[in-house]
Amino acid sequence: MLAYIVRRLLYAVPILLSVNLFTFVLFFGVNSPDDIARMQLGAKYASPEAIQRWKAERGYDKPMFYNPARAGAAKFTDTLFVDKSLRMFTFEFGSADDGHDIAREIRARMGPSLAIALPTFALGLFAAIVLALLLVFFRATALDFWGVVGCVVMMSISSMFYIIGGQWLVSKTWALVPISSYAGGLDMARFLGLPVLIGVVAGLGSGTRWYRTLFLEEISRDYVRTARAKGLSELAVLFRHVLRNALIPILTGVVVVIPSLFLGSLVMESFFAIPGLGSYTIDAIRGQDFTVVRSMVFIGSALYIVGLVLTDISYTVADPRVRLG
Amino acid sequence: MNILPVLLPTDLLIFVLVLAALALAVRARRHAPSREAWRRVGERPTAMAAAVVLLAFAAVGFLDSLHYREQLPPGQGEPAAAKPLYSSEVLSALDALLAPLRLQTEKTYSAPFARQLFQRETVERPGGGQARIHPRLVHGARHLQDGDSLLADVAWRLAWTPLAALAASGLRLLALAAAVARARRCHLDAAARLVLAGRTTLAWRSALAVVFIAVLLSAAGVALATHYHVLGTDKVGQDVLYLSLKSVRTGLVIGTLTTLIMLPFAVALGIAAGYLGGWVDDAVQYLYTVLNAIPSVLLIAASVLMMQVMIDTHQQWFDTAAQRADARLLALCAILGITSWTGLCRLLRGETLKLRELDYVQAARAFGASGAAILRRHILPNVMHIVLITVVLDFSVLVLAEAVLSYVGIGVDPTTISFGTMINMARAELAREPVVWWSLAAAFVFMLALVLSANLLADAVRDAFDPRRVSRA
Repeated sequence: MLAYIVRRLLYAVPILLSVNLFTFVLFFGVNSPDDIARMQLGAKYASPEAIQRWKAERGYDKPMFYNPARAGAAKFTDTLFVDKSLRMFTFEFGSADDGHDIAREIRARMGPSLAIALPTFALGLFAAIVLALLLVFFRATALDFWGVVGCVVMMSISSMFYIIGGQWLVSKTWALVPISSYAGGLDMARFLGLPVLIGVVAGLGSGTRWYRTLFLEEISRDYVRTARAKGLSELAVLFRHVLRNALIPILTGVVVVIPSLFLGSLVMESFFAIPGLGSYTIDAIRGQDFTVVRSMVFIGSALYIVGLVLTDISYTVADPRVRLG
Repeated sequence: MNILPVLLPTDLLIFVLVLAALALAVRARRHAPSREAWRRVGERPTAMAAAVVLLAFAAVGFLDSLHYREQLPPGQGEPAAAKPLYSSEVLSALDALLAPLRLQTEKTYSAPFARQLFQRETVERPGGGQARIHPRLVHGARHLQDGDSLLADVAWRLAWTPLAALAASGLRLLALAAAVARARRCHLDAAARLVLAGRTTLAWRSALAVVFIAVLLSAAGVALATHYHVLGTDKVGQDVLYLSLKSVRTGLVIGTLTTLIMLPFAVALGIAAGYLGGWVDDAVQYLYTVLNAIPSVLLIAASVLMMQVMIDTHQQWFDTAAQRADARLLALCAILGITSWTGLCRLLRGETLKLRELDYVQAARAFGASGAAILRRHILPNVMHIVLITVVLDFSVLVLAEAVLSYVGIGVDPTTISFGTMINMARAELAREPVVWWSLAAAFVFMLALVLSANLLADAVRDAFDPRRVSRA
């Protein structure tokens, strides 16, 4: 298994390299650094000298892939691509437009992001699976029908309305918890309750419906009939046998997102003023801070690949018949 | 008045889309298996109801895609210019229809059916001195005297609307019954009873019910909207009903054009990879793994940021603000398409891998059919159900995504009216006391109607076209 994991991680290298090259071309090829400088300085102040100064301050005044002015290997290493893009493999992201070091910022913001994303993820998964199993338990009854209708309606509501409605109802009308803010330590629970609750409710519709279809596919299998025949109660059949057998498709959809939880939820964090990576990214997008966006793209892809490997490993845990090799 | 028709790029694509849909409909009628599948869709009451709602939205969106520019009247004392001058404002047929709503703007917020502005203003008293009062609206409820009852006036104006709705759905029922009577060779009267009892093959009764509600609502709109701001006004005094109707086109464009743009790539690459295998397969798989690895929001954000810089630095490409906003909308669709084609491509690759080994494909190959002919005649028609299911399932996801992207600041142009921009503008106002709720409520209701009917139709289409589900049912 170790050999398999090592091989999978090695496969990831060319993919990450391509992601790296792709983002580099996107950020430096579509618009030249001159264009970006002109836009960030504002058309009025963009004299040729100002553009040169802006580029020099940020280290953008190099050729993209090949630097004929240097000698030896430096012809290739003293370029924008190596400086701005390849260096991210060593987790050196440089500094944001406000001068802060991006790597340090990311380390500091990971905690709050996880504090909100992890409970949302775990509770949401639990709630959706339990609800789906209940719907399957009451399958082909009015309860099942209206449950599915409810799921479709919930899916059709934009997540923005869940957030706005939840904030308005819980914080403003009932004045139960603060609308938005954040604090460390024990106080944290007061600030996290509402965003976690809203996150769970917002994802409930699509989650429940998806798991219901998965379980319904399992319910007509032979082993279910055997389990019933040997006298197990329907609840035991569902929660012990069907759930266990539906784990593989569930894991396929679920495990891959776990590493990305670090990145937090963009909209949720921004609405609730939680100082995590999601709100960091939104601020960077709004402030057109390309260095930060580029770094987040790279980290996101790296985490996605970790998620793929984790998915494979989780298969062997869930189903002993799966062997990696 | 002279007008200059304007064809924006998205308009052109919408016309292409409408033609393609018509061609597909004609083809589906002639082709027995797909006629059968569509009949299964039509048997579901929810699907028929959803289809009527979607058709109504599509009509609004289509009217909003017929763009033009008005000719400016010649200036005072100037000789009539040899070349007529046109206003730089691009309008649509919907704007012309809704001219009263578009032009009757107030100063700022006003609640639905309000007579006064939502905020107090300092005004000079006639007798001297100042007072802070809620001033009367310039247009909304202008015809009412101070003592008049709002309720009585609204009820009086609405009096004829149920009749209109009854008449419209009655006519529809008559047409339906005539068709049923001809098909079943029974009396018109018996056919009408069949329709009303819900015993026709297609679920016409639910469609009729929705037609009744839709006509009732639009008749109420026609009756009231010229005299009141039925859904209130927003921060700069624009009628919220007008904004909601204009948002429909943006939502439809994003939901449909995105898939239209990505479809050729996804289909071509997917079936090529599945059928040809070898290095083509490797290359396509590598391409979609790389694109998949980038979290989609971040990829969209990065692409949109770069597109913004490009549009900002090339202002000279666009004559009018509308053209710039339209280019941005189209670019957003393209970007969303690039980030979302991988799922469909993977599905098509897998299905083609399966089909390639089937006997009829082997037989075609043995007869010496060329690879291109096999792909076109034998593979493509047999993966089209996957394409159709993906297209209808993606629609609602894309409409919902627009709102979030606009919030993040990477959505449509701020001047484009969309559900996302409406929510964004209204969001800040919830902190006010009393709450300004009507913009949000309007966006909520319109979006829910659009997305919910899309979801219901998508469900029916998936159940009818997916062979695995059909065999189980």
